[in-house]
Amino acid sequence: MKSFRRSAALWAAAVLILGGCGGTGSDDGAGKSSAGAKVTVEFWNIATNEPLKTVFATAIKDFEAKHPNITIKNVPIENDAFKPKLTTTTQSGKAPDVFQTWGGGVLKQQADAGLVKDLTADTAWIGNFTDAALAAYQLDGKTYAIPHDIGMVGFWYNKSLFAKAGITEPPGTWAQFLDDVTKLKGAGVTPISLAGKAKWPGHYYWAYLAMRIGGLDALKQAGDSKDFTAPAFVQAGQSLKQLADLQPFQKGFLGAAYDTPDGEAATMGNGKAAMELMGQWAPSVQSSAGKGIGDDLGFFPFPTVDGGKGAVTEAFGGGGGFAIGATAPAEAVEFLKFLTDSTEHRKAVESGGVLPVLKGEDDAVKDPNLSVVAKNLSGATGFQLYLDQAYPPAVGQQVNDSVAELIAGTKTPEQITQAITETAKSE
Amino acid sequence: METTTEPGAPSRLPAAAAGRKARPASAGARGGRLRGLVTIALFLLPGLVLFCLLVVAPILVAFYTSTFKWSGLGGPPTEFVGLDNFTRLFANEVFLGDLWHGAVLIALSVVVQLPLALGIALLLNQRLRGRAFYRLVFFAPYILSEAITAVLFTMILSPDQGLANQILGIFGLDGLEWFADQSTVLVALFLVMTWKYFGFHMIIYLAGRQGIPKELTEAAQIDGASGWKVFRFVTLPLLGPTIRISIFLSIIGAIQLFDLVWIITEGGPTHSSETMAVTMFEFGFNRFQVGYASAISVVMFLISLVFALAYQRFVLRRDLEGATTVMRDQR
Repeated sequence: MKSFRRSAALWAAAVLILGGCGGTGSDDGAGKSSAGAKVTVEFWNIATNEPLKTVFATAIKDFEAKHPNITIKNVPIENDAFKPKLTTTTQSGKAPDVFQTWGGGVLKQQADAGLVKDLTADTAWIGNFTDAALAAYQLDGKTYAIPHDIGMVGFWYNKSLFAKAGITEPPGTWAQFLDDVTKLKGAGVTPISLAGKAKWPGHYYWAYLAMRIGGLDALKQAGDSKDFTAPAFVQAGQSLKQLADLQPFQKGFLGAAYDTPDGEAATMGNGKAAMELMGQWAPSVQSSAGKGIGDDLGFFPFPTVDGGKGAVTEAFGGGGGFAIGATAPAEAVEFLKFLTDSTEHRKAVESGGVLPVLKGEDDAVKDPNLSVVAKNLSGATGFQLYLDQAYPPAVGQQVNDSVAELIAGTKTPEQITQAITETAKSE
Repeated sequence: METTTEPGAPSRLPAAAAGRKARPASAGARGGRLRGLVTIALFLLPGLVLFCLLVVAPILVAFYTSTFKWSGLGGPPTEFVGLDNFTRLFANEVFLGDLWHGAVLIALSVVVQLPLALGIALLLNQRLRGRAFYRLVFFAPYILSEAITAVLFTMILSPDQGLANQILGIFGLDGLEWFADQSTVLVALFLVMTWKYFGFHMIIYLAGRQGIPKELTEAAQIDGASGWKVFRFVTLPLLGPTIRISIFLSIIGAIQLFDLVWIITEGGPTHSSETMAVTMFEFGFNRFQVGYASAISVVMFLISLVFALAYQRFVLRRDLEGATTVMRDQR
């Protein structure tokens, strides 16, 4: 009899453990407002670093003070751990109440699976945001998330190293760019810092080249037809190969990570390389992973390619936003509205953590480097989301993988367009 | 229910019952045996249930999902593709590369790492000043977590400012690119694995060596055997079971290698250090192709299973002789 009781206790323990595993979603799960009653809204974000960490913590406190019946459960998750964790949760058929998203293909998969709330009907709210900021979350004419940050990729360069190589102004075309790379090498300067291990920084080159050669339409068309073998993509590969053949990258770049003490950002931040192609967060990572180069840092948009269809004002980038889980309570929407209203979001922009997504918010940017990016963005004539987010996840990862192989010299421009097409067709 | 847990039991019941008629005296003993079986079954039950729920069920689920094209999002899979994932897998050059890298790491482990561990174990078995200290130092890396080891070595072997290249520089040698070069990455990775795991193998060899009676080596020495001959014909054969088990653990470890590779290289540069587990993670969590990733996990499982069974059947056979798992009385 004793063993019976013992096994029963073990059973109970097992059930408790298993039950605990499944209970990470929203606690109430009811899709309706429960006026007056206590409601908990789970808020999954990636703000594990300052300044956003404090901005969110303060915002949550203010919100809870105004709405005593709502408790916000703040769940900050480190960037790289966020995606696997969200995947595991969504596999149970549920999404957190309010969660970080980068839009594009991943959000589309989640929307197709019925995991996120369709916010299209709330036109008054959506109308507050700029078109560039919203682009990533508007899929097939519907809006599935609200932007909180936006940015673009461009060349960050070291003015004093450029001067050392006798370069007086940033290059405007790809031919001039290659010329400057040769000049920098001649002056004994490592022209470009690149994180080969991380792969995603490499895909910026190929994507921007494809944009400048084939125009935004070429990228959209390729996404729709799942065919990346068009001449624009092959030419993009050839142009990138021209660059790689000059061996412009730092020693050991194939093993370099992005934000470690010997990674891409640190190499740039310690003044050991003249350029990096990176998003708006580059200056802050340069000074946290390395020393930072202060006033020597400058920004220029990706050069045009002679005979290409794309304009220099077309920006490539992305941001971050928040989606709402399909089963979240109405209070989740209320919280997100609070987080993205003009007073609250202005605080986030002023902290230097994010860039303006609301109309007429440009003047809130304090940092001179970020202000250049914000200006480029507000003057942008077109916007392309990061390829590893615009396309389905498998295609995006294949782009990253293939471009890394092209840069390492193990694959030809033709081979990589074929590999990417193959993956796209199998999706 | 109790009787079904022991396949041999039902067939024996009639014979036992007949025996009871003939010799009523043994009735108590039989009842005791049944009670014993019930007790065993009840003690096994909690563990068995947990084992089924947490080990057997996930394996079966992986087999099931590996036949679907499934993103892992929103409910159970629906798009049945048969063995498509497997045919795709064996045409994928990255996966074929994984198999090759696994084979290289296994070969290096068995040929380099284990003999090294054996050598040091035998050395530390001698009378030696500070013996306990050396044992501790050599075992210490095994206690570190894989993640810490990985981060440590990315710093030491950093091509730009790493300690290793600084030291090479003192001797006027050109620094290597270690993990950043496709031709050196696998060897560099093996270096880290050796540093991390040889202490573990050293400790089991040491334990095995101490289980060898002193009389045997002494007898051999009295018979005039040289040091090498004592090792070759006394120590080595008697260490056999320990060595066979350590080879087994080392190979299974290499097949499942993940943490070190993921943190140090993420499988790169350009897949040249990728292992099966890394590819599985990549497809499951970065590409959201959970069906395909399941197929990889199934192949990994089958490779491990076939290897484990074959190894037990052909290599560990003598060592398992008389062990409880063999069920000698059933043969």
